[in-house]
Amino acid sequence: MADEPLVLGIETSCDETGVGIVRGTTLLADAVASSVNDHARFGGVVPEIASRAHLEAMVPTIRRALETAGVKASDLDGIAVTAGPGLAGALLVGVSAAKAYAWALDKPLYGVNHLASHICVDQLEHGRLPEPTMALLVSGGHSSLLLSGDITSDVRPLGATIDDAAGEAFDKVARVLGLGFPGGPVVDRMAREGDGSAIAFPRGLNNAGDPAYDFSFSGLKTAVARWVEAKRRAGEPVPVADVAASFQEAVTDVLTRKAVRACKDNDVDHLMIGGGVAANSRLREMAQQRCDKAGIVLRVPRPGLCTDNGAMVAALGAEMVWRGRTPSSFDLSADSSLPVTETHVPGEHGSFHAHAHEALK
Amino acid sequence: MLLLAFDTATPAVTAAIHDGERVLAESYEVDARRHGELLLPTIAAVLRAAGVDKRELTALAVGVGPGPYTGLRVGLVTAAALGDALGLPVHGVCTLDAIAHQARAEGLAGAFAVATDARRKEVYWASYDADGARTGGPSVDRPAEVEPGARTVGAGALLYGLPAASGPEHVSAGALADFAVRELAAGRELLPNAPLYLRRPDAQVPAGYKAVLPA
Ligand SMILES: [Zn+2]
Repeated sequence: MADEPLVLGIETSCDETGVGIVRGTTLLADAVASSVNDHARFGGVVPEIASRAHLEAMVPTIRRALETAGVKASDLDGIAVTAGPGLAGALLVGVSAAKAYAWALDKPLYGVNHLASHICVDQLEHGRLPEPTMALLVSGGHSSLLLSGDITSDVRPLGATIDDAAGEAFDKVARVLGLGFPGGPVVDRMAREGDGSAIAFPRGLNNAGDPAYDFSFSGLKTAVARWVEAKRRAGEPVPVADVAASFQEAVTDVLTRKAVRACKDNDVDHLMIGGGVAANSRLREMAQQRCDKAGIVLRVPRPGLCTDNGAMVAALGAEMVWRGRTPSSFDLSADSSLPVTETHVPGEHGSFHAHAHEALK
Repeated sequence: MLLLAFDTATPAVTAAIHDGERVLAESYEVDARRHGELLLPTIAAVLRAAGVDKRELTALAVGVGPGPYTGLRVGLVTAAALGDALGLPVHGVCTLDAIAHQARAEGLAGAFAVATDARRKEVYWASYDADGARTGGPSVDRPAEVEPGARTVGAGALLYGLPAASGPEHVSAGALADFAVRELAAGRELLPNAPLYLRRPDAQVPAGYKAVLPA
């Protein structure tokens, strides 16, 4: 629909420079420049390398997105940007660019929450989110269960990892098995050839009395490392595919069980799964089975929209415009630990931004 | 000519408008931790003070460092984005050259070196002859390695007690704009809008990496 808001979104919270353009819930462009290969030999994301790459890629990626979408920057109804959480220096590059474009083009600026964006991106695939929606976000940086009544203003955390993020556990297990970085895709691939029930790895926080919606993957990661090491010391071959499959089975078992339980406990009949780990084939399969059994509708965006990208930021920005949320002011700061409850960072009433817009009339 | 200049390579957040003859408006605020928050409002404020609409601008000049990276990138990405959105050329200026230009404008004569704080017990520095031409640097070194050390200016010089150290401590965008205007008028090329990092990135994956995206 032509009268739906046309919004450009910028995402630089980690190692992907993402710029997306959406009209309402329709994706028009999703340009990404990744520095993931520059980090591979360090086994994790190096913040300074990521920030340098964002600076180089920022404007070219914006131009590419505008070209792909076939729209002019002057046609935009708003510019959204990840204000946090994420790597401070990396966020700052995107926030600064967004401010400059918004100010130069006289467009409202929306500093939005990265986690809420991960949820909102599903609107580009499956239409408007039902309210409320239960969301399981799993990536190298987050593992959270969130309940959203209104993606622009009401996101409540139910549980989160108390140690490693799920994606981080994949990276560490991949390292133990000598499979390289990032670990998610390669463990998924190996696991397809293995037996998920071959080794009984522990499930964290899975006993009665444990927090119902929190996660723990540190013990699992250590158990895998110990098991592999013991094999090597005994001079026996390591059954890499079985280890990968059994580890993956333990992670997805806990994630899906707790997510379904959260839905049941809160009378929510929709579950969305987002974040890079949502690309995992076994997680998608197991979540579908368990949701079907529980009468819950599962919504998982395609893998390209699950990882960090600009489209998800644009999707939430468009929703902010649609619902008339207050724009951010031009003194918006990047907040590396922005709480998930802060879906966006509205400017104060009578802010600089408001004055600027007043002066332009 | 209507040039908008700014710099975030030193603890100062500074912006200025220059019409080719003189500085029409300038803002200078020292707050090393808030470059990201302050820069855009500062730019908007100097335009208002100069009575210039952003659509009247003809060029941008930005300090490309050397300077602490996180703040430095705020200026560079802002310049790149404004240049793209407003259709303006972006001229890079070595931040140390702008400080030297200001020191000479304030009456410092003869050869001297400029040194700013590079943290980790090092300084970013460059040296200039009596005509103001750069003769050494920009480099990042321990303070004792700055040459010639007869006279020095900048926060790094003051911090480490380099010989005859004096201000200006940080860069001002008015001086940077004036330097850019004169160089362009003399037909000399300025720098591309690319950071003078001078150091390789710290290739450390932080131990607390998992904590960057809390619930
Ligand atoms: Zn993410």
